[in-house]
Amino acid sequence: MAEFMTVLYVLLTLLLLLVLAAMLIWYERRLLALWQDRYGPNRVGPFGLLQVAADMIKIFFKEDWIPPFAEKAVFVLAPAVVVITMLLAFANVPFAESLWVSDLNVGVLFFLAMSALAAYSTILAGWSSNNKYALLGGMRAAAQMISYDVFMGLSLMGVVLLSGSFNLREIVEAQQQGWHITSQFVAFGIFMVAAVAESHRLPFDLPEAEHEIIAGFHTEYSGMKFGLFFVGEYLSVLLISAMSVVLFFGGWLGPILPPFIWFCLKTLLVVSFIILLRAAIPRPRFDQLMAFGWKLMLPLALINLLLTGAVLLWWEA
Amino acid sequence: MGNMLSIQPVTQTLLGQFGPETVQQQLTTDQIPTLWISRCKLLEIVSYLKLEIEAPYLTLYDLTAIDERTRSGRDEQPPSDYTLVYHLLSYDRNQDLRLKVALDIDDLNMPSVTGIWPCANWYECEVWDMFGIRFNGHPHLRRILMSPTWQGHPLRKDHPARATSMEPFSLPDERQDMEQEALRFDPEYWGMSRGGDDSDYMFLNLGPNHPSVHGVFRIVLQLDGEQILHAIPDIGYHHRGAEKMGERQSWHSYIPYTDRIDYLGGVMNNLPYVLAVEKLAGIQVPERVKTIRVMLCEMFRIASHLVFYGTFAQDIGQLSPVFYMFADREKLFGIIEAITGARMHPAWFRIGGVAQDLPKGWQTLVRDFLEYMPARLQQYESMVMQNSLIRRRSRGIGCYNTAEAIEWGVTGPGLRATGLGWDWRKFRPYSGYQNFDFEVPTGGRGDAYDRARVRIDEIWQSLSIIRQCLEHMPQGPYKADHPLTTPPPKERTLKDIETLIDHFLGMSWGPVIPPGEASVGVEATKGNHSYYLISDGGTQSYRTRIRTPSFPHLQMIPLISQGLMVADLIAIIASIDFVMADVDR
Repeated sequence: MAEFMTVLYVLLTLLLLLVLAAMLIWYERRLLALWQDRYGPNRVGPFGLLQVAADMIKIFFKEDWIPPFAEKAVFVLAPAVVVITMLLAFANVPFAESLWVSDLNVGVLFFLAMSALAAYSTILAGWSSNNKYALLGGMRAAAQMISYDVFMGLSLMGVVLLSGSFNLREIVEAQQQGWHITSQFVAFGIFMVAAVAESHRLPFDLPEAEHEIIAGFHTEYSGMKFGLFFVGEYLSVLLISAMSVVLFFGGWLGPILPPFIWFCLKTLLVVSFIILLRAAIPRPRFDQLMAFGWKLMLPLALINLLLTGAVLLWWEA
Repeated sequence: MGNMLSIQPVTQTLLGQFGPETVQQQLTTDQIPTLWISRCKLLEIVSYLKLEIEAPYLTLYDLTAIDERTRSGRDEQPPSDYTLVYHLLSYDRNQDLRLKVALDIDDLNMPSVTGIWPCANWYECEVWDMFGIRFNGHPHLRRILMSPTWQGHPLRKDHPARATSMEPFSLPDERQDMEQEALRFDPEYWGMSRGGDDSDYMFLNLGPNHPSVHGVFRIVLQLDGEQILHAIPDIGYHHRGAEKMGERQSWHSYIPYTDRIDYLGGVMNNLPYVLAVEKLAGIQVPERVKTIRVMLCEMFRIASHLVFYGTFAQDIGQLSPVFYMFADREKLFGIIEAITGARMHPAWFRIGGVAQDLPKGWQTLVRDFLEYMPARLQQYESMVMQNSLIRRRSRGIGCYNTAEAIEWGVTGPGLRATGLGWDWRKFRPYSGYQNFDFEVPTGGRGDAYDRARVRIDEIWQSLSIIRQCLEHMPQGPYKADHPLTTPPPKERTLKDIETLIDHFLGMSWGPVIPPGEASVGVEATKGNHSYYLISDGGTQSYRTRIRTPSFPHLQMIPLISQGLMVADLIAIIASIDFVMADVDR
């Protein structure tokens, strides 16, 4: 019976996540439109909510085309990688005190590993398309992911030190006395920068910067394979929002309202913030992005880690 | 008559230096000193004019040709089958100079002036493409506007102007193969090598369809990683034969074609054309017409600069501003529509006036806009121009100095961004600009940021000019009382026979413009835009030459993008502010 419940729960989570990712597309388009003095999708269904469904129907019925010059097997595999890794990473996100698929004792590390693996999706897509713009996009992705992965991990170590655990559930519980954002706001900033870069959204969308390299790594993709990249991107937005809630904003903790609702509200806020970033900030140049990462973010992450460690030692002594 | 009076100092200098057997003066309607010189002396004379003379002619403003073979009434000019026209410009003298060289049909060869002006490169290609005149010593003479497989030279008088006078189009297999073969990319053709000492280069075809090239424009990039070793612009994808069309439309019915040259400029495009025709016809327009024209032109300057502003931010990756600016442009189009009845291409100026008088209540619309816009501009200032990422992306990118700008024929905001405050509206006032109080914004560094800065400051100046138009709009007729005004004033048509005849001729044939040559340039949205019209006394122009600002601007791309990254190239393209229709015509 317990196994059955687990399977049911896993399936429910999967379904929920995919639907949420799709609704996020609608949410982002409406929000961007609001900020940009436009309407956004408002025709299909109430408030344009069914726009996503219409898009899905369209995208499913498109010809499943693989360019003859592409590396076929890798080309097909690449978009799946990002969706699979993102969904796997969700497995250890605690939505509420007893609402999680798996309670890993290395939750933070698993999240980092999955988000690093997702980078392969972009790189492989760029390479296998056998298209110059895609290749440039893939190259940019590779450099960007490798650089930003480094201090993303480092920025989270402060939180791990404070909570004394890699387990995400225990990290949330360690925030009963106060959210980690209060002491780790620098780390939060660094994490946010790195996370947005990892999900390659504006201002860090260099691998697909449409003004420079058409659509970057997914230039040759169409139909549902393109759709998977799209869903993957929104899943990763959801994931980094959920993760920052867990790590910095006390997860499901909050008064009066049920824990799960608190978790959703907080996540929604972070998601909106990420969308606002996209609406507001222009794109840096590739070398500026690299310099920003290695020369500013990395030292900052290290200093933050050192200080946290020092304060903790002093506290305990 | 008046021959002695109209001899300009430069003509005298040249006559003294080279003698009357090499230099021969021609009088033109536009009073620009026009000299026929012999082919063998051309290089000597232009290098004298550029390098030795006091207050030199540093800019090759335009280079074009005329097929003279069917032109009537040119007895006073030296015999010529094809005439090359070199239009030079001196900023020191604030003067133009037109040099003409007569060529015989059996010997269409000319020494190239690319050694003296690098910007002659594209102009000479265009003359070769359009007239089949060879330039000896040109680094890479090729078809620039037509496709490489095109047969014939379109601006020759014996080349058909429409498809109906050509053989029906067919595409047999061998021709298709030939056309496709002609599309094959060959780096050596463009003067690039496939590899360096230790690496092979990547060639990237940016365009003709690319999100950031603002139309159909191709840049061939030779890349080492993402660094640009060479960027070679390739134009001609938007060529519609606007100059050829000028030769078969009546003087009046050509006006709508001019709208579509710089399609963001609207009636601004009509202005140099109608000014040139009016010069040929000797029409003086009433003050009200001048002021109405200025007001509409400045509205279109704002509309065009708003598009620039938005796309500049967008090309650097800022998603939102373009929506705000397009919304403002819509507001402006609302006013333009109320006045002219159309939005982007009103074709509203007429020979000798404008199409209608201003509608009742136009003041309210304009005043509302003048009150609405400043607050928006201030918002954009902090949103875009003060944004540190925008600064970082555009500061020091795509720099050139004033000397280079003059050398390459750059005009407009691109020139003023280098610090030279040259504005045709100030230095050669037309249409009554001398009556307006405005400043000429300049930059200092000549980089992408400054080019944007100058344009944005120009929006403020245009607002001020529009306010002055609003407050001091003269009363009076909206078209000149002149027989060649088209359409002619109607009031007296049915009362006296002379006016009736004029009206009938003007409306059936179209106006008959007296023979002559006139070139008029205006400070258009993107730089100096001019029409060089030749009439041989007919109902159509004998030759319509459109000199557009974007053409020389694009030619500079290789110079200012070398060694930068692909993303910088996009910022440079955005900062140049061109439309391909303006380049290819």
